[in-house]
Amino acid sequence: MSRRFTPKVVTANDLLEGDVIYLTADDRWTRDHHAAELIEDEAHAQLRLLFASGQPARVVGPYLAEAKPGPNGPEPTHFREAFRTRGPSNYPHGKQEAANV
Amino acid sequence: MYDYNAFDRAFLAERNAQFRKQVERRIDGSLTEEEFRPLRLMNGLYLQLHAYMLRICIPYGTLNPGQMRRFAEVADRWDKGYGHFTTRQNIQLNWPKLKDVPDILDSLGEVGIHAIQTSGNTIRNTTADHFAGAAADEIEDPRPVAELIRQWSTDHAEFQFLPRKFKIAITGSPNDRAVTRAHDIGLRMVRRGSEVGFEVLVGGGLGRTPMLGAVIRDFLPKADLLPYLEAIVSTYNVMGRRDNKYKARIKITVFENGIDVFKAAVEERFVETRAQFSGVDQQILKGIEAQFTPPAFRNAPTEAFDAALADPVFRAWADTNLAEHRAPGYAIVTVSLKAHGETPGDASSAQMRLLADLAERYGHGELRISHEQNVILPHVHKSDLPAVHAALRGEELATANVGLISDIIACPGMDYCALATARSIPVAQEIATHFQAIGLEQEIGALKIKISGCINACGHHHVGHIGILGLDRAGVENYQITLGGDHTETAAIGERAGPGFAYDQVVPAIERLLRAYLAQRVEPSETFIDAFRRLGPAPFKAALYPEEARDAA
Repeated sequence: MSRRFTPKVVTANDLLEGDVIYLTADDRWTRDHHAAELIEDEAHAQLRLLFASGQPARVVGPYLAEAKPGPNGPEPTHFREAFRTRGPSNYPHGKQEAANV
Repeated sequence: MYDYNAFDRAFLAERNAQFRKQVERRIDGSLTEEEFRPLRLMNGLYLQLHAYMLRICIPYGTLNPGQMRRFAEVADRWDKGYGHFTTRQNIQLNWPKLKDVPDILDSLGEVGIHAIQTSGNTIRNTTADHFAGAAADEIEDPRPVAELIRQWSTDHAEFQFLPRKFKIAITGSPNDRAVTRAHDIGLRMVRRGSEVGFEVLVGGGLGRTPMLGAVIRDFLPKADLLPYLEAIVSTYNVMGRRDNKYKARIKITVFENGIDVFKAAVEERFVETRAQFSGVDQQILKGIEAQFTPPAFRNAPTEAFDAALADPVFRAWADTNLAEHRAPGYAIVTVSLKAHGETPGDASSAQMRLLADLAERYGHGELRISHEQNVILPHVHKSDLPAVHAALRGEELATANVGLISDIIACPGMDYCALATARSIPVAQEIATHFQAIGLEQEIGALKIKISGCINACGHHHVGHIGILGLDRAGVENYQITLGGDHTETAAIGERAGPGFAYDQVVPAIERLLRAYLAQRVEPSETFIDAFRRLGPAPFKAALYPEEARDAA
C-alpha cells in the first residue's frame, strides 16, 4: 500500500534575488510561506510542480516541501523549511530582515 | 607577493566578460538553469538556502591590503557589509544578487582576485601554511610553488571535468599547519642533503569517508613537481570512478586500487609527462620566486613590547595570538575572527579595512587567511605590537583566544548552506560564550573544536580534538561527537563517541567532557588531546554518557 499523501507547498528560489519563494493558488510567486497554496492532493501537487518547472526564467529549483495548515496559512513542518521562511540564525538577514523593516 | 602580468589580466578580463554574457543569457531566458549551473559554478557562484553565494579565491591564503580593502568595498556595495572566510582560505559573500555578480567579479579582477575554480570538479584553490614566509620552522616559503600550481591548474584543459573536486595543500614546514594529510594531494617540503623537495601524499580527504593521505613519493625533486602533479591528476582522471558521486574522490581511487597499483600507474604516466615539460615551468617559477622575496626586516629594539607585557590584557593576547617569527624582533600575529558569540570566520567591512591599514602600516603589506578562519599579519615587529593590539581592540578584533576552546572552526551549516543537515554557527557561538561565562576557557587551554553541519565535513570535524557533526535525525537536528582527531603532522581521524545529542544538549555534553578532562589531567600542561591519548576514550565516553556508565556499573 502506498503511503498516504501529506500536504505540500511548491517552493523554489527566485532567479534574480536568490530568495526563497512559494507558489500561490492563483499562480503568483510569494516570499511568504503563509500565502502559499497548501496542496493536499498528490496529482494536483505534480501538476503544480510542473507548472513551476515551466518558469525557468523566473524560478530556480522548484520542489515540493512538506507543510501543514496553520492559523495564518500553511506552515513548514521540517526545520530546514522553517529556516527558509526566516533566514540565518546568526544575523537578522533574509526574510526576517524584511519583516523587521 | 605575486602581481598579475599582462597575460593574467587579459585572461581574467576575458573570462569575466564571458561570464557577464552567460549571466545575461540566463536572465533573458536563453539559458536554462541546467545549462547555466555548470557555468556559474566554474565562476564560484552557488545558489544556497536563502540567496546566491559567491566564493572568491584567496590563492594560498595570501592577500595584500588593496585586495582586502576591495573585499570591504564589494561587501558594502553589493552585499551586506561583511564576508565569511572559509576553511579553504577563500572568502564567501552570502547575499549577492545574480545581476550584480559580473560587476563584483570585474571589481575584484581589478585587484587581481578571481572566483575561478572555487567550485566544480576541478583543481581548487591550493591552500598553504598561513605562516608561510614567516614561520621560524620553515624550510622554504611554499607560496611560489603554490602560485605555480595555480597558474598550471587554472583553466587546465584536461582537468576541467575531473571525476570530482580536487584539493591540494602545501606546507614548507615540518609542523603541518595546512592539514596536508586531509587533502587529495598534500605536499610537504623536505630536505635530502642540501636539496629541497617534496614528500607527496595522495588520497587524503574528510567527508563521508574520511581518510588520511598516503605517501606516494617520499622525496620528489622540486623541479619534477608539475609533471608529477600532472601524472597524479591525469591518472586519477582516468582511473577515478564516475559511476557514483560518493566514490569519485581520489581517496576512493587510491583505496580501491591500493596505493601500490595507483603509484605504479602514476609513475608510468610520469615518464610521459616529464618528457612533455620542457623546463619552461621552472623558468616561470624563477620569475614567481623573485616576487616573493622576503620584506626588508628592520632591526629595532623591542623594549616597548616587553614593557607592554605588564598590561594583563595585552599579555593574554600576546600569549595566545603571537607565534614565533624567523626574523629576530618580529612576531606573527593571528587576529582572531572568533570573538565570543560572533560567527567564526566573519569579518565586517570595517574590520577588513582596519586589517588592511594595519598590514600596510605595521605588517610589510601582507595579510593571510588561515584555514582556521582567522586573519594573520605575518610580519610585525614586536615594538609595533602594542599599537597593533590597541587598534585591533577598536574593531573588536583583539580577542585573545587563538588555539583555545572558542577558536572554533565552523562551516556555514544550515544557516546558509543548501547541503547542510543541521546548523553549525549557533553551536560554535554557544560553546564560545558558555565557556567564557563559566570562566574555564583559559583553564582548559589548547583545544581544537571543529564543527560541520553535514557529512561533507567542510568544518573539518574529523580532525578536531573534539569534532561535532550536525545531522538530521528524523526531522530534528542531532549532533554526533568525535574524539581524538588531529589536523597536524600527527594527523588522526577522530572516533565517534556514541549516540548523537539534541541541539540543546551539545553544550552540556561538551562541558561534561571537559570537566572530566580537567579532573583527570596530570597537570595543567597536559592538553586535552594529550590526556585523551594517554587515557583512551573510556573516561571521556563515560562523561558524555553518564547514564550508560551508571547502568554498566
